Amino acid sequence: MQPQHTPNQRPRLSLGPLLYHWPREQVMDFYAEMLETPVATIYLGETICSKRRLLRPEDYWELAERVAAAGKEPVISTLALIESDGELKTLERLCSDRRFLVEANDLGALEYLDGHPFVAGHSINLYNDRTLAFLARHGLKRWVLPVELGRDTARALIATRPEGVECELFAFGRLPLAYSARCFTAYNRDLAKDDCQFCCIDYPDGLTIDTQEGDHFLTLNGIQTQSASTHTLLGALDEVTALGVELLRISPQSRHTSDIIAVFDACLRGDMSHGEGLAKLREYAPSGLCDGYWTGAAGYAGGTGVAVPGPA
Amino acid sequence: MELVCPAGNLPALKAAVDNGANAVYIGFRDDTNARHFAGLNFGDKQIRDGLRYAHDRNVKVLVAVNTYAQPNGWERWSAAVDRAADLGVDAMIAADMGVLDYAANTHPQLNLHLSVQGSATNPAAINFMHRQFGIKRVVVPRVLSLAQVAHLIERCDVPVEIFGFGSLCVMVEGRCLLSSYATGQSPNTFGACSPASHVEWIDTAEGQETRLGGVLLERRGHGEPAGYPTICKGRYQVNGKLRYAIEEPTSLNTMEILPDIIASGVSAIKIEGRQRSTRYVTQVTRVWREAIDACRRDPQNFRPRDDWRAALAQVSEGTQTTLGPYHRQWH
Repeated sequence: MQPQHTPNQRPRLSLGPLLYHWPREQVMDFYAEMLETPVATIYLGETICSKRRLLRPEDYWELAERVAAAGKEPVISTLALIESDGELKTLERLCSDRRFLVEANDLGALEYLDGHPFVAGHSINLYNDRTLAFLARHGLKRWVLPVELGRDTARALIATRPEGVECELFAFGRLPLAYSARCFTAYNRDLAKDDCQFCCIDYPDGLTIDTQEGDHFLTLNGIQTQSASTHTLLGALDEVTALGVELLRISPQSRHTSDIIAVFDACLRGDMSHGEGLAKLREYAPSGLCDGYWTGAAGYAGGTGVAVPGPA
Repeated sequence: MELVCPAGNLPALKAAVDNGANAVYIGFRDDTNARHFAGLNFGDKQIRDGLRYAHDRNVKVLVAVNTYAQPNGWERWSAAVDRAADLGVDAMIAADMGVLDYAANTHPQLNLHLSVQGSATNPAAINFMHRQFGIKRVVVPRVLSLAQVAHLIERCDVPVEIFGFGSLCVMVEGRCLLSSYATGQSPNTFGACSPASHVEWIDTAEGQETRLGGVLLERRGHGEPAGYPTICKGRYQVNGKLRYAIEEPTSLNTMEILPDIIASGVSAIKIEGRQRSTRYVTQVTRVWREAIDACRRDPQNFRPRDDWRAALAQVSEGTQTTLGPYHRQWH
């Protein structure tokens, strides 16, 4: 049988789920703007904290209809860490709705999605071809490479993947590094999680924390810990294209998201040099760029592009 | 409720057996397990000797093959599963769905426990792993309160093991990449958090600095206690204030709530610390054995004894202990 994937086909762009807590109106405005961008796929849904309810599943489904009407692919993303019955019920509801593709971010979602098409998000631990084959037997249509894995593993997985399974890479954004029972935003405001007062709404791009030397190090986003630096694969575009990666994910941030998408799009089309693109991305990444994971180095390393060195 | 104790080598395994463990968990000498430290862990001869020693005394031996295999190392993981099966261990503790799939298909007689690194925190996740791989136990990540653990036990068919004592992971296990962010190596990929080769301790005029992968995690004055440096217990600037932004340098101790743990229906309680000394294993196993037995005899009046506290304090890495997530206020 012919493999479905044609090497060297240009990757499509996707917009990852919104990881932060923004006012409802801002979220709606944001997605209205995103519909006008060249992303092919938009992931919708709360993946971090079940207490954030300014948008309900119904709202995300409605947004998904609009995404589909705009000729893009909507995917419903689900919570990354499921603890309570309420969270499980919402998860089951989202997974039972068969109108849209669903992104599993916790193993629990696999129980509900088993046998139906689904995407494995980067917080599903898919590290080898045996896991890939196993999940494909259960309906996997696409997987987002866990962010700590680099090009060697991506290459090996893509080489042996089952037919019809797509590979997506986290290509721009603060790296999702960890999840906890504790809400770190509330903790650093000296609030209990059960009385968090939704204080994460004060940090539209998370709360950056610095080392004692003043280096931006991590970003706290509720129960999630992210990098402070912005990971980008823009410098590796030729390489990821050659590997046969289908999608490149851009993670929403409160400013410049459509500009970032435009840079990726222009570079993919060959209308902008990678060096110029990286120079622009630097302006949109207040704590600097990194790409270490892609080359097998420390995640925070790099920042000047992999295949094409950018200007300092 | 089984007491599951750690062993990084044969003397520690014997110490755990001699001091009242119901099961001892160990790892092979490579990156297939989450305590991949130099000089630690078991070759086949040590395992055979350990198995004989433990089985003669009616104690189980569990082998952890609980890191995540990547394509270029897959044979190491499949070989580890084969070894665990051939050695006749009482169970293998695994996290990776690929490893579990291989084990369940190749060695159907091998008992499988889902490692804490498997990151299953709810009945749907646990039931999925049970249906697919026939797991006989799940070790749950340190994210649930004790009330949530009790509720989970009611709602799933798989016996539940929890961590009771030792170093405290603040993040949900199996999905924490903080270590690789600073070093390129994480528990998932390398079998160690904060690998020692990336840690620097630097004495300065003011005191001591600790760095991981070059990143400054802590600066402390002379005489301030120093735990092993991990990113989650570093001290950072948050909005202009210096603080432990993620967690203080604490370790886990649940003895205070032991009656509630037993009442919740937990099948096994695990002591962390395969990397620790035989003295640690001896002390901690003995104290926990006595405590569990005392609690079973008279749960109503159970209180940790002062001599137990003192013995545990002697071997605790940090000065502070916490109930961690089992106590809802910690969240």
